[in-house]
Amino acid sequence: MNYSESLPGGGMWSMRVPRHRAIQIKAGGAGANLSTLFFNAANPLDRLNVPDTLKALHTAKLTRGHVLMSDMGHAMASIVEDSLGWHDPLGGRTTAEIVKRSFGEGSYQELRNDFLRNAHDNFLIELAKHGLGLRDIVANVNFFSKVTADDSGRLEYHPAHCHAGACVTLRSEIDLLVVFSNSPHPMHPAGEYPRIPVEISISRCEAAGQDDFCRNFRPECGRAMQLSERLFL
Amino acid sequence: MSTLNYVESPLSEADAAFSQIIPAGDGWIHKIAAGETLRITDLEGNQAADTFFFDATDLEERYDAQVTIREQGGIYLTTGTALLSNRGNTMLTITADTCGRHDTLGGACAAESNMVRYALRKRFMHNCRDSFLLQMVLSGLPLTKRDLAHNINFFMNVPVTADGGLMFADGVSEAGKYVEMIAERDVHCLISNCPQLNNPCNAYNPTPIRVSIWEARP
Repeated sequence: MNYSESLPGGGMWSMRVPRHRAIQIKAGGAGANLSTLFFNAANPLDRLNVPDTLKALHTAKLTRGHVLMSDMGHAMASIVEDSLGWHDPLGGRTTAEIVKRSFGEGSYQELRNDFLRNAHDNFLIELAKHGLGLRDIVANVNFFSKVTADDSGRLEYHPAHCHAGACVTLRSEIDLLVVFSNSPHPMHPAGEYPRIPVEISISRCEAAGQDDFCRNFRPECGRAMQLSERLFL
Repeated sequence: MSTLNYVESPLSEADAAFSQIIPAGDGWIHKIAAGETLRITDLEGNQAADTFFFDATDLEERYDAQVTIREQGGIYLTTGTALLSNRGNTMLTITADTCGRHDTLGGACAAESNMVRYALRKRFMHNCRDSFLLQMVLSGLPLTKRDLAHNINFFMNVPVTADGGLMFADGVSEAGKYVEMIAERDVHCLISNCPQLNNPCNAYNPTPIRVSIWEARP
C-alpha cells in the first residue's frame, strides 16, 4: 500500500521505512525547508554522516545521483529524482534561540498549534519516541535549501531557491528510521516564520540494478551500496 | 583564494604547564580546564589533527560543526572563531593561528569510509575513528560511538567551490604552524593524529604533532 501525509509548516515526523521504498517529498509552496536525519532502523548507532557523504561525493550540495551515507559506510538513501538541483548539507538545524531571534516570540500559549517550532526540539521529540536523544542529533541535511560558500568560506543562504512543487525522490537502500522537521532553514532571513507544507509519499520501488544511475554516479556510491547489500546477506 | 588570517600567540612554549608529542597515527584525550590554553603544533607540516570536544561536566554537550560554521557565517576556523556546542554554547575560542585556515567539513577517516572512498580492501588500514574510539574507551569516561560526531580537522584544507564542489587541496600548513584556543569551560579534548595514507591530507606522510597547555591567566 502507498502512504501519503501532508507535513504542516513547523511539523515533525518520523517513521521506520523499509529498504527499497520511494520516499517522495514535495514542497507545498515556495521556500520550503525539510531538516532531515537518517538512522539504520536495525542499529541507530549507524547513522547519517554528512562529512563521510560529502567527501565520498566530493560535493558540498546534494542532488540527483548522490547517495546519503552512514558513518558505517552504508548507502542509506539515494536521490533518484530531484527537480531542484541543490539541497543543503551545511546549515544545520534551527533552535529555540534562532527561531526567537529570526521570527520573534511565538509560544503555544499565544498561538496554539501555530506556535513557532524549531528543528532541534522537533528532532528531540521524534528521537525520544525511538529511545534516542541529544547524543543522536548529528549533522543533518536540509532538503529544498541552498547555502553556498565563497572563496573565503563565507556562507550565503539563497532564500528564493525553492519553488512551489519542487520535488525530490529518495530510495531507501536499507531499513531506515527517517526523521523530518518541517521548520525554517536556520539562515532564513528574519521576518515572518515561513510555514510551507511538505507532502510526503511512500511507495514500494525496485532495488538499484547494476545500471542504476545512483549506483554508477561515482564509484564511491557503488561501494556504499555494496556495503548496504551486505546487511541483507 | 582569500588571504589567510595569521595571528601569533604571545605565549612561550617554555612556559607551558604541559607538553606532549602525539606521534603520527596516535590518539590522545585530555581535560582542558576553563581558562587554560591549548596549542596544537604541526611539527613537520601538512599534518591533519582530527579534534573533537566534550563538555567535561555534561558529556552529552559536544562540539557541533554545523552550529559553529553557521553562527560565524563561514566554513573555515581561524583566530576569533568560537567553537560552539550542540546547545549553542561557546566551548573554546581560537586565540592564535599561524596556519590561518582549518577544515570543518571533512570529518574523520574511518575503516568504513576508507572502503567507500578508495576500495573495499582498505578496511584494515589504521584510521582516525579507530583512534577516537580507543581513546574514548581507555579514558574511563562513559563515552561511546554514539557520542562521536563531526570533528574539526586542524591544519587541513578542504575548500568549497561556488558551484558546490568539495576539494581536498594541498595543505596550507607548514612545519611549526600552530593553532591555539582558550577553553571557556571545562572540556575533554579528543585528538587523532591522522594516519590517512590514501589522500594528500597528510602529504602521504603522517608526522607528529605537539599539544601544549598553559594555565589560566589571572
